[in-house]
Amino acid sequence: MRTMELWLGALGCAGLVAALYAALLLAPAAVGESVAQRILYLHAPSAFAAYGCIFVVAIASALYLWKRSAAADRVAVAAAEVGVLMCTLVLVTGSIWGRARWGAWWTPDPRLTLTLILWAIYLSYVLLRAFGGDDDEIAPYAAVLGIFGVLAIPAIRVSARLMKGMHPSVLAPREGGGSGLADPYMKLAFWGGAVAMLLVAACLVLLRTRLERAERETMALRRVADAAEGVAG
Amino acid sequence: MRATLAIVRKDLRIEWRTRETATTLAVLGVLLVTVLAFAHDPDPEAAPLFVPAVLWSAMVFTGLLGVERGFLLEREQDCLAGLRGAPIDPTALYAAKLVVNVLLLGATHAVVVPLTGLFLHVDLFPVLAPLALVLLLGTVGFAAVATLFAFVTVRLRSRQVMLPLLVLPLLIPLLIAAVKATEAVLGAGLAGARDALGVLVSFDVIFVTAGALLFPAIVRD
Repeated sequence: MRTMELWLGALGCAGLVAALYAALLLAPAAVGESVAQRILYLHAPSAFAAYGCIFVVAIASALYLWKRSAAADRVAVAAAEVGVLMCTLVLVTGSIWGRARWGAWWTPDPRLTLTLILWAIYLSYVLLRAFGGDDDEIAPYAAVLGIFGVLAIPAIRVSARLMKGMHPSVLAPREGGGSGLADPYMKLAFWGGAVAMLLVAACLVLLRTRLERAERETMALRRVADAAEGVAG
Repeated sequence: MRATLAIVRKDLRIEWRTRETATTLAVLGVLLVTVLAFAHDPDPEAAPLFVPAVLWSAMVFTGLLGVERGFLLEREQDCLAGLRGAPIDPTALYAAKLVVNVLLLGATHAVVVPLTGLFLHVDLFPVLAPLALVLLLGTVGFAAVATLFAFVTVRLRSRQVMLPLLVLPLLIPLLIAAVKATEAVLGAGLAGARDALGVLVSFDVIFVTAGALLFPAIVRD
């Protein structure tokens, strides 16, 4: 287990460095874009990783509700935290890019709204786990929230489009990839970055899962110790 | 179905005896509309533009306080244990609480909506039927999510903060659609609100189904 985390982490970090090298030095400037466009190679991979984490939360939550497997619950906790981290990265890098390109830190664009709401949902998940009380008691509730979070994705997409339809935006939606990535180095930086970020996220989720397990074992041991002390005293 | 009706009848009877929730929610709604209307203090011509915002803000706050009551009621003297032990499908309990919450919020709307029209100089009477439809669809979606999570937060120490924290992010898409639908209904009647109404209906279907499917999973321990 530990070797796997080590390998994932090492590969992911090396991949990120390589992707950044390709993004900053090898890839040609995108047509009609300033140098700020290169933040895309950090922005989009973070988004992939965030979505990956969100789906892991939902699957682990469903598995927990179905089988009541404590391991699935630990994975859900870990993935939610890493998901919030990745979502924060997406929002911060996106905001910087938006400022450079549109002159505004924030604009009511459907995709921005989607990311912000998802971030809020998973932040509330983390808060529920942190302040909800006993892990065993809160786990089923958190699992329900984890599943609702994924259900919210299509809902947010639809309603965000509604919002845009009513308030036409002069700002063009951003290009995530595809035709925008003409040069092979662009492709390398983009997809290499995405894979590397997913590896880093997987490594963080595994580490956090192990930490969660250790935490719960410690809590259980402490409870046993307290009980024993109570008997002795 | 019969179990659902029985629980709805029971809750409504309890409510009718004191009328506590309906009265407090209605007064809270009135105060919220007053605060919102005067916090803005718009020109009489611009005032109608704020109607959707005021209506749905009031709805969110009264709703968040209202939906908790249903389960707080069951917590007293451990009624929930009795309901859990009863030979009924947990989904019936969820459906009953959902219906009661929609009815209570509906009663609040009956007070809040005319007052909003009054304060913001809009004659709501001609658009009453389409507006009622929008309010019903929005309230059902709201209650579907809020009822489920009220059951979650009712036993937490920090429940008053936790419920909005959990529910508001999930409800933002619904609120966007509800506000847009209200805007369209006030402007052009039902025809202009077709898209937004479609979104509202699909939210209701998704959220009610998900709530009904997930509620048994959390009620069983």
